[in-house]
Amino acid sequence: MNNSLEIVIDLLNKKFGNNIVCSFSKINELTVEAKDFILIDLCYFLRNNSSCMFSQLIDLCGVDYLFYGLDNWSHFNYGSFSRAISKIKNDNLLDNRFAVVYHLLSVEKNHRIRIKVYLKTDNLIIPSVINVWASSNWYEREVFDLFGIFFSGHPDLRRILTDYGFKDYPLRKDFLLEGNVEICYDDKKCEIVYEPVSISERCIIPKVIRNINHIKS
Amino acid sequence: MSKVKSCTLNFGPQHPAAHGVLRVILELDGETVVRTDVHIGLLHRGTEKLVESKSYNQCIGYMDRLDYVSMMCNEHGYVLAIEKLLNIQVPIRAQYIRVLFDELTRILNHLLWLGGHALDIGAMSVFLYCFREREDIFDCYEAVSGARMHATYYRPGGVYRDLPDKMPKYKNVKFSSKSKLDDLNKNRNGSLLDFIEDFTIRFPKCIDEYETLLTNNRIWKQRTVGIGVVSPEDALSFGFTGPMLRGSGIEWDLRKKEPYEVYEKLNFKIPVGKNGDSYDRYLIRIEEMRQSNNLIMQCVDWLKNNVGKVNLDNFKISSPSKSFMQNDMESLIHHFKLFSEGYCVPEGEVYSKIEHPKGEFGVYIISDGSNKPYRLKIRAPGFAHVAALGYMIKGHMIADVVTIIGTQDIVLGEIDR
Repeated sequence: MNNSLEIVIDLLNKKFGNNIVCSFSKINELTVEAKDFILIDLCYFLRNNSSCMFSQLIDLCGVDYLFYGLDNWSHFNYGSFSRAISKIKNDNLLDNRFAVVYHLLSVEKNHRIRIKVYLKTDNLIIPSVINVWASSNWYEREVFDLFGIFFSGHPDLRRILTDYGFKDYPLRKDFLLEGNVEICYDDKKCEIVYEPVSISERCIIPKVIRNINHIKS
Repeated sequence: MSKVKSCTLNFGPQHPAAHGVLRVILELDGETVVRTDVHIGLLHRGTEKLVESKSYNQCIGYMDRLDYVSMMCNEHGYVLAIEKLLNIQVPIRAQYIRVLFDELTRILNHLLWLGGHALDIGAMSVFLYCFREREDIFDCYEAVSGARMHATYYRPGGVYRDLPDKMPKYKNVKFSSKSKLDDLNKNRNGSLLDFIEDFTIRFPKCIDEYETLLTNNRIWKQRTVGIGVVSPEDALSFGFTGPMLRGSGIEWDLRKKEPYEVYEKLNFKIPVGKNGDSYDRYLIRIEEMRQSNNLIMQCVDWLKNNVGKVNLDNFKISSPSKSFMQNDMESLIHHFKLFSEGYCVPEGEVYSKIEHPKGEFGVYIISDGSNKPYRLKIRAPGFAHVAALGYMIKGHMIADVVTIIGTQDIVLGEIDR
């Protein structure tokens, strides 16, 4: 781990203590898991502090952990002779189902950091960092559009990628790949209409989780 | 005298200067733009949702189609991310081939940018000259992968196959003479590397041609100097990367600051601008083409003098060749597993970034240990640039809107995904 990131970890632990968890991965990436109520303070600190100087917000995205670790080709129970693909579903209401991930870059110090904020499923609101970095404007709109996470304090939170008047949030795991509606042209009305989707759900490559140590060979 | 009210103009999705399907709603006070509202999402194809249902190698084709003018660079970003998670090391020859094709892709992108930008501003002749050079690079893509544009050439572990020994030649046709045919085939008599070497010898003169037309041209300067000025602080705050950031004077290039592949071993310079206007960014991209040419020459030199593997020997990740697969039982099983199920990537998350011709192209992958990506986020450089379009256009006139959209070098494919 390079020196500048060690200094950043020290400073963060001293200032924010129990509200953050720093972890440094094998791939030399620093991830900070933070609580949502200290997010704004953390961002201002990371941007302004002379040892951090994270002047750029490179990326902001959302993640839905609903199907994390679940597969639909169960090979454990039948000694890999099972043939059926089972649909992945998760009826347990996860407490930390959603996360918002911020990637920051410091051009002055040449280091990067990732901030992760987990959200409770019944409270999908997080403060907006638009006053810290101007680039977060559209990224937060995109996360709202695709996941349905609200950013309080954002001046203009509307849909950005999906169709005008689109309902539901596409990148959530319980939104099927096939979607809910499809467009076709109605001859009688002479206009484009939305109809329920006609193709059925299918799984071409089943999801499998194997713990093979092929990296070591 | 009657007062003119401000009017709202729809710089609609169908517009030759909108670089794809970009919709900008301009609020005008006479000819000056007062406020803008930029609408994207008209080319949204749901790439991030689609890749969650495909195995890792099947998603490489999606990456090609994101920024459809610089294909191999997108693949590179994605493939680097998988390699970090798998913790595998790519053979050195494959690294040189990747750098070679990355720089060829950079020239490809900048040629289209130059042609498109000049066409929008009104210098229409540059467009066809740029496309003439792009044809040679498309021939290189085709020789190595079979496809002129969307190559799907890079794989985790290296590249698909080694560079060919022969270059496809033009064939004899009824309405052309043999001398013309020999002329066209003059530089195709050797291998692909000989063809690329001939290209690098010819190319600086081509860039000189474009510069003769534009760089000291009064009209070009009047249309680009002082237009779309971005201060360094604003450039950082808006998340600009690549030539947009370097145009404002910040010396930041991932090939020098966070080197990947073999960029540390190669000699090249990074052009940095002073004023942050469109003319500076034009000069930077022209110089980047010259530097890319230089890099390609160095790579061709190394590749001609060194042999080696271009992919891993580990058949659990890279697929065995046809001859192995048809004769050896284990290779057959590996081939079957790789193409029906794919390899499983260990649990973890990674953000890998490359210096894409447009800026920093980042790929954030979260893996839960399965054979399909759990979450793939594509950080497109154009997204941050287009987000700042409203800020950059403010106070300029309608004609400058076109200049600024051009100078940002945006391709809606990667912005909308």
